[in-house]
Amino acid sequence: MDIVRIATAGSVDDGKSTLIGRLLYETNSITADKLEAIERASKRRGVDYTDLSLLTDGLIAEREQGITIDVAHIYFSTPTRKYIIADTPGHFEYTRNMITGASNAQVAIILIDARNGIVEQTHRHFYITQLLRIPYVVVCVNKMDLVNYAEEPFNQIRQQFEELFEKANYKEQSLQFIPASSLYGDNISTRSSQLDWYDGPSLLEFMEGIDWHASQNQLPARFPVQYVIRPKSDQWHDFRGFAGKLSSGTLSKGDTVVALPSLQESVIEDIFKFEESLNQAESGDSVVITLKDEIDISRGDMIVKKSEQPAALKEISAQVCWLDHTPLKAGKTYLLQHGSNRVKAKITNLYASINVLDYKTIDDVQEIGLNEIGYISLKTAKPVNADTYAANKRNGSFILIDEGSNSTVGVGFIG
Amino acid sequence: MSANSIIPAFPRMLEDESIYIMREVAAQFERPALLFSGGKDSITLVRLAQKAFWPGKIPFPLLHVDTGHNFPETIEFRDWLVRETGAELIVRYVQDSIDAGKVKEETGKYASRNVLQTVTLLDAIEEFKFDACIGGARRDEEKARAKERIFSVRDDFGQWDPKKQRPELFEMLNGKINIGENVRVFPISNWTELDVWTYIKEENMAIPSIYYTHKRQVIERDGMIWPYSDFLNTSEDEVPFEEIVRFRTVGDMTCTAAVASTANEIDDIIREILSAKISERGARMDDKRSEAAMEQRKKEGYF
Repeated sequence: MDIVRIATAGSVDDGKSTLIGRLLYETNSITADKLEAIERASKRRGVDYTDLSLLTDGLIAEREQGITIDVAHIYFSTPTRKYIIADTPGHFEYTRNMITGASNAQVAIILIDARNGIVEQTHRHFYITQLLRIPYVVVCVNKMDLVNYAEEPFNQIRQQFEELFEKANYKEQSLQFIPASSLYGDNISTRSSQLDWYDGPSLLEFMEGIDWHASQNQLPARFPVQYVIRPKSDQWHDFRGFAGKLSSGTLSKGDTVVALPSLQESVIEDIFKFEESLNQAESGDSVVITLKDEIDISRGDMIVKKSEQPAALKEISAQVCWLDHTPLKAGKTYLLQHGSNRVKAKITNLYASINVLDYKTIDDVQEIGLNEIGYISLKTAKPVNADTYAANKRNGSFILIDEGSNSTVGVGFIG
Repeated sequence: MSANSIIPAFPRMLEDESIYIMREVAAQFERPALLFSGGKDSITLVRLAQKAFWPGKIPFPLLHVDTGHNFPETIEFRDWLVRETGAELIVRYVQDSIDAGKVKEETGKYASRNVLQTVTLLDAIEEFKFDACIGGARRDEEKARAKERIFSVRDDFGQWDPKKQRPELFEMLNGKINIGENVRVFPISNWTELDVWTYIKEENMAIPSIYYTHKRQVIERDGMIWPYSDFLNTSEDEVPFEEIVRFRTVGDMTCTAAVASTANEIDDIIREILSAKISERGARMDDKRSEAAMEQRKKEGYF
């Protein structure tokens, strides 16, 4: 059974909570007591409809202020797939939250109110899906009931959005436009007869059909070593296994590999998934690898095929999104975490920040603040074995950790 | 759903993710512990830890905060599991915290030791200098939990500040902490109740017998079936009677309601869940105290 991760972003006004509530309801994923609790709470609050946003707004402060603070995770499933929605708020610390919620997503749902068309927020949403290179974007034109299910407003929005896409960098992104009414359940799990001029899939049908696994396996193998297993027991006296989660590609028994950064060469002897010995590990598998030769490998190192080695970078240029209240400044030192590897890194240059509304870069900036996106270069104390983000997401991204607060303060996409 | 409804497969990617998290804990922290309650979620954690470090042993102890109000079947199972896996077990008792005057036993009909165990837990963390505690909480359980991170940083007093959570991007986990802080880790954050059960089925895992149907002395209270025991404060009109029941979730005997059920096989349990009208935590009195009961307890250091 596959897992599909979805990012939804937007405000309550777009009908996002209603849309999520619909998906849960129509896939039988919400129990009666939860629904009743929401109905009770809606009444207490004095609203005359079932406010499905109460399903996701979980914190006391959020309910008091009627805002969403943080990323909420919501689950539903169909007989063939499990779906994880990372639901992010529309207003509050928006960029930070959406990037956090969407970093693992295969699908992003951009909600547009059919009456309003593309608004400022739509630009932000779309920019982030491009930055993160989310492979599938659903442009869900919602509230079609309020425009009498007419084709014209939908086509207009579609055309505007396609113009936006013309200016975007990541052209491989697949766009799907779906007219819907989440309030009445049109085109959510089943196709709507009200929208008979539309011949595409419903939202759920579309998500049931997407496939991205194959593409992950075709990338070069990247195996960041998390932990070295040495049982030293009688039965496993000489066992030395390297535990990790294969972040991309495949690795097979007999493959000639090198350990990075030592560049020592060996051959894969065995691949274990618990007690089972596998001939091949695929992208995403958590396994233990043993090698024919005893070479020095520890946490933070990477095992790759000899024929497909990543660059060893000491100078990195990257796009960053800043996640902390204290801004990023040139000259400052952070800890850079890349997979399981951590190295010190100094910001050597700060080129520009980006206006996500018109994609224009602003040169000559002194700092990059919370929720801002910019271009930087940095220098690391030791080489980082990385790919570009465009070539390999997992091996082309990093986080920055503040050495004083220990917080995660930024995320970088290697260019 | 009918009795013949198809049992879904367990999504194996969840296991890969959880094993990855277990290994990050062992690598990033000096003294982790796995919080073990004897319920299905913590039994699942033990299984995942076993798999994560095989053929080595689980490199951290199991910590059980014993309220003294456990089901005897849970304790029996715990001891069996420890023998079976060779894991180290540490037990700390809420009774000791009560005797030391650190907490006061609740009184009245709904008295339970559920809230009290936070103090015993925080004391144990201090005693052993645990820097990470692995728990079996899932995001699908409750609204406040839906917003919890996988690595959740707690301050000196074990408190959770939902407004100051670290962003978690891609699969990178940041376990760096300041002195005095510790981290609660939730490896099965993304599992649902159904995922836990289909995993138990596919892995052929043993679970305490009270999850299956059995005869038990119970009372009826607030429309729910409560296990009758010496620990439960009852009023005169709450007369115990025998019923065929099972438990869907296992906490203390004073705060876990039973369901009338004849399910005696794992497939029956899964079908019951597929057709259930009430969510899992609907059978937990500790959550019903107020709309924000869970968040309040978490802020105070509950896991």
